[in-house]
Amino acid sequence: MTTESASVRTQILATIKTWPVITALVILGVIVLLAILAPWLSPFDPTAINPASRLRPPSADHWLGTDAMGRDAYSRALYGARISLVVGLGVTICSIAIGIFLGLMAGFFRTADAIIMRLMDGLMAIPGILLAIALVSLIGASLYTVLIAIMVPEIPRVVRLVRSVVLKVSNEPYIEAAISLGTRTPTLLWRHFIPNTIAPLTVQGTYIFAAAVLTEATLSFLGAGLPLDIPSWGNMMAQGRMYFQIKPYLVLFPGFFLAVTLLSVNILGDAFRDALDPRMVKRG
Amino acid sequence: MNDVAKPVLSVQRLSVATSGPVPKTLVNDLSFDIRPGETLCVVGESGSGKSVTSLAIMGLLNHSGLELAEGEIWLEDDKVSHASQAQLRSMRARRMAMIFQEPMTALNPVETIGEQIDEVLRIHTDLGRSKRRQRVLEMLASVHMPEPERIIDAYPHQISGGQRQRVVICMALILQPRLLIADEPTTALDVTTQKQILSLIRELQQQHNTAVLFITHDFGVVAEIADNIVVMNKGEMVEIGSREQILARPEQAYTRMLVSSVPSLVPPQPRACHEELTVLQVRALKKVYREKKILGKARVIPAAKDISLKIRAREVVGIVGESGSGKSTVARCISRLLRPDEGDVLIDGANVAHIVGEELRGFRRKLQIVFQDPYRSLNPRMRIRDSITEGLRNYGVPAREGMERARELLTMVGLDETALDRYPHQFSGGQRQRICIARALALEPRLLIADEAVSALDVSVQAQILELLADIRDRTGVAVLFITHDLRVAAQICDKVIVMQRGEIVEQGPVADVLASPEHEYTRALIESAPGRHWDFKNFRPVHAGQIS
Repeated sequence: MTTESASVRTQILATIKTWPVITALVILGVIVLLAILAPWLSPFDPTAINPASRLRPPSADHWLGTDAMGRDAYSRALYGARISLVVGLGVTICSIAIGIFLGLMAGFFRTADAIIMRLMDGLMAIPGILLAIALVSLIGASLYTVLIAIMVPEIPRVVRLVRSVVLKVSNEPYIEAAISLGTRTPTLLWRHFIPNTIAPLTVQGTYIFAAAVLTEATLSFLGAGLPLDIPSWGNMMAQGRMYFQIKPYLVLFPGFFLAVTLLSVNILGDAFRDALDPRMVKRG
Repeated sequence: MNDVAKPVLSVQRLSVATSGPVPKTLVNDLSFDIRPGETLCVVGESGSGKSVTSLAIMGLLNHSGLELAEGEIWLEDDKVSHASQAQLRSMRARRMAMIFQEPMTALNPVETIGEQIDEVLRIHTDLGRSKRRQRVLEMLASVHMPEPERIIDAYPHQISGGQRQRVVICMALILQPRLLIADEPTTALDVTTQKQILSLIRELQQQHNTAVLFITHDFGVVAEIADNIVVMNKGEMVEIGSREQILARPEQAYTRMLVSSVPSLVPPQPRACHEELTVLQVRALKKVYREKKILGKARVIPAAKDISLKIRAREVVGIVGESGSGKSTVARCISRLLRPDEGDVLIDGANVAHIVGEELRGFRRKLQIVFQDPYRSLNPRMRIRDSITEGLRNYGVPAREGMERARELLTMVGLDETALDRYPHQFSGGQRQRICIARALALEPRLLIADEAVSALDVSVQAQILELLADIRDRTGVAVLFITHDLRVAAQICDKVIVMQRGEIVEQGPVADVLASPEHEYTRALIESAPGRHWDFKNFRPVHAGQIS
């Protein structure tokens, strides 16, 4: 009898253990390590301006060359990974936390439903990137404002997902049984509803992570994101843009980091989705 | 019946397996014949392979990822097994037809009834438009459809479930096929409708001398209509014989067990009940559902009105009614999953009909429910130990004590304590229902509500769960409110029975009295419709005059 659950587990592992997924995990692992160890790995201060060595091509001293102000591109890329991961994780955790709370309220309490869902519909009607630009220009650019600006447009999607799970689970007799057993509402939500949201939220979380990293880079590239002195991949690309024809690597190296990170996260997300929803495997 | 007539359908050593690298045999070595005008019932519990057999005969195996592994199927002089798709198409509808369990999904919701029946004629005959319409109207009249002129232009959602099944029968029989396959055609219907559909099938069968293959899990239906019976278990044919042979003199142990588990309308000897303590009293309970509409007045549907009843300790009271009778609404109002609009619900003398919040939570432990669907009443992500002890934890019982109690309860419901660390999907439907009962008993309730608690179970499991409920009632003194649509089940376990129709109680009294001398016309209709009411399955004999009426 236990073999059944064991076989489900091995099936999930089998879906996950494919070479693209393993590659993606390894790449993400390396990027996380680079970000954590940035202060020890980077040969230069990422913000130190050195007019004497402007726009140098990659060399033994400067692995990825230097930018227009003579800052070491390799060091900046490592610190840029920190920014991207912090933004990605921060946005994912905060939007899911807020989204779970609002989604549970909306799904469980009928009066809250109308109010919360109309608010969410309103938020969803505005393109995310426009909303983020508007928020940043309203409250000024800093890491926190960028985090909030990216997070707010992500919340409605989490709320909708959690609400749909709650509505589905509410019809299950085991919920009525739990109520009859005298389970208090907060316990009921914690014990019976939240565990059901974990699988879909894991999948959604990876997409939010990828979207957040991309949006941060986009905002910075457009000049509406982090202040220019903070080393982020988006800022590096924005500043290298002018020299693209003579020094294309100023854009290409941070772009490469960004692309590889996003690709890995998305591959992981797809693998989670396939593993947790067997129907998708057959279709895909 | 003509014994020398050639069989319409002959199934010879049929085996069906799943297609794929590791074939799994679903039906093994099945043989039977059906002659014109004869009804053969294939009976079996879930997973016995009875539906697969019907698919094999219709040549529909490939659609379900199945393969005919061995054997032959003959429809008169034509071989159905290994026939080409074109040959099968010409045989279906004209020479063999099928009706399914779920009349709603068997009809196309966006076409009118007329169009759907007409389609059969359009494809298989070359009658003109007005001739076809004439024929459809005749057919609708022959299945006793009221107002065929109106029904022909109606859509499936505009007619009732029983009428839908009549339409499906129309489509199946309009070309007068030699063979009709009916796969649980009345399982989704109320008993009174079921009786009408069964007699309709019989009537049309006699008119056209059709051979009928009837697939069912319900021995009551079998006792009503079968000429011959095939009993199946796990893909094997257990026994084949005439109705009298199988019902009165079954040879195989499995058949004996199955037949004797079937509840009959004969109530067991009334128990002496000395308890005087009233556990539940309901007075003038009323509940109304309001359908909200954007325009116009809200539609008000009275689901329960003026419900009064009383249950004493150690007593089992049944509420019997068809779908929409309000029996579940009453159960939910009493258990306070719904709030009644008016009336009193007294548990041990305290009125709980209108309390809310913490006060309501304090009362909940006195009353527990067991639901119909054993696959959905346990949280699939929780271990059995956590499900059973949930209530205890809610009321602050220490974990060690809770575990001790969970062990006792599992033993009481006939499971061993290795079950504690497993998950619901590792158990069968009957075992899960036992776990649900254990969970309900954990808080030592005064009243147990069983809301169709045995309706989704196979008949042999059903008998075991009924026995368990009676045993628990004797041991713990719990009172049981037993909600069911099946009068036969109620007859087996209840001391008193309450008959509900359209939200009202039409009759109540001791179960033997109600069955023997029903006063209300609706109760009489229910008793007359109960399939197999003339057969005392437990004792393998017809019901003696005087036993029930």
